[in-house]
Amino acid sequence: MPEMHADRRQHSITDVFLEDIYSIPGGDKIKDCIQCGTCSASCPTSYAMDYTPREVIASLRAGLLDRVLKSNTIWLCASCYYCTVRCPAGVKLTDVMYELKRLAVEFGYVEKRAKAPVVSKLFVDLVDKNGRIAEVELVSKFMIKTNPLAALSMMPRAWKLFKRGRMPLIPHRIKGVEELKKSASTIEEISGLHAGTGKTAEEA
Amino acid sequence: METTTKFSYYPGCSVEGMNKAYDKSARVVCEALGVDLVELNDWNCCGASAYMSIRELRAHLLSARNLALAEKEKKDLVVVCPACLTTLTKTNHYIAENPRLKKTITTALKAANLQYYGSVKVRHLLEVVVNDVGENEIKSRIKNSLQDLKVAPYYGCQLTRPFGEVDDPEFPTMLDKLLGWIGAKPVSYPLKAKCCGGMLMMTKEDVGLELTKNLLACAMENGAECIATICPLCHMNLEAYQDNVNKHFGTDFHIPILYFTQLIGLAFGFSRKSLGIDDELTPSKALLEKHLEVVR
Repeated sequence: MPEMHADRRQHSITDVFLEDIYSIPGGDKIKDCIQCGTCSASCPTSYAMDYTPREVIASLRAGLLDRVLKSNTIWLCASCYYCTVRCPAGVKLTDVMYELKRLAVEFGYVEKRAKAPVVSKLFVDLVDKNGRIAEVELVSKFMIKTNPLAALSMMPRAWKLFKRGRMPLIPHRIKGVEELKKSASTIEEISGLHAGTGKTAEEA
Repeated sequence: METTTKFSYYPGCSVEGMNKAYDKSARVVCEALGVDLVELNDWNCCGASAYMSIRELRAHLLSARNLALAEKEKKDLVVVCPACLTTLTKTNHYIAENPRLKKTITTALKAANLQYYGSVKVRHLLEVVVNDVGENEIKSRIKNSLQDLKVAPYYGCQLTRPFGEVDDPEFPTMLDKLLGWIGAKPVSYPLKAKCCGGMLMMTKEDVGLELTKNLLACAMENGAECIATICPLCHMNLEAYQDNVNKHFGTDFHIPILYFTQLIGLAFGFSRKSLGIDDELTPSKALLEKHLEVVR
């Protein structure tokens, strides 16, 4: 729910982040972080992160959010919500990670072939097109975009799944897909943003 | 006299694709239990994590469209995927708590001639079976008890986190209870609500494999002969990636992974085929023959 609308890029990334996070119910709890590290200790993937969840909030406070946006941290969050339910200050860390993912894409902090953003973007495109997601289409397009050679190594499993009727090849398109598009453009008009591109509706 | 409870049913994209067996077994078991699942007409993707990672408002819109469609039916909305549960519930909560979000979503829905007043309750099928159907009803239908089959109940994340409305967010027990009712022996193990890695299996395979390997190892070390799942994505990771885990870590896991609905169905005497058990990549036939009186 951005307040700043069209000129988000005129503001610092910290201000944009805070604006967005405060609009999430309970989002202002981020101010109450006591740096205890319960989030990092509870996180199943923090061992592989450039910055742990505690360090994400420390970076925010130090004005170093851009190093987090460039890091692997946000894309390693699997949305397990352990940090969120355990945080003694009530910080909604999983929502923080979602917000950081969105900002990283919106403000161009991600590499073109970075796998997680690629899969998310494909996911959005396919859902916008059909109203539902077809896993087979998602996985195959993902492989082509990121690592076509590795697709070969997935063939044995794909074949096994196919033989068992677990690879439906034709995606389902919902009847209300055009209506859904109307709703989506209404959202874009209201937010004044062409979400995900960082451009205003006019620019796009 | 059979009593029937009617629900709107939201299968979710995942059980339409690679995890059809979950949908199949859920429908078979619900029919036997008098739980009438009426598929929500023209439902769309819930806006799950991958969508939410790029677009916030439109993810809420996707959920809200489903909720608006369900509200017309005036029934609770039952889901089988915990990620759909959390996504739909989140939109429900956030719309109720944030008037500005509610206004935006209401205006957007109106463009599609829809409205949502906020009355729909979203529930996971496991919780419906345990709380609404209950112990007596389930026990009365057992024809083929699981005879002490040692099952590790695997909850994964989003059934109880973040909202914790139906069970403890860290130590849920609902599935343990249910497994006991159908004659199985629920295995106690510390990782039962830990993360399997979810979509990281696609985007960061080494981390996904590590988390999945830890779960398989922990369940095995605590004596499990198979693992019961309630989530299509957890199921996929534990079942279809077992070979990759073995290759990556030099392990030798061959542990059958079954949906909780498939286990109930077996106890009720349904054939493996009717429950989609033949579709699996890690075979369970030998194990089931060891424990069940009749395996069809």
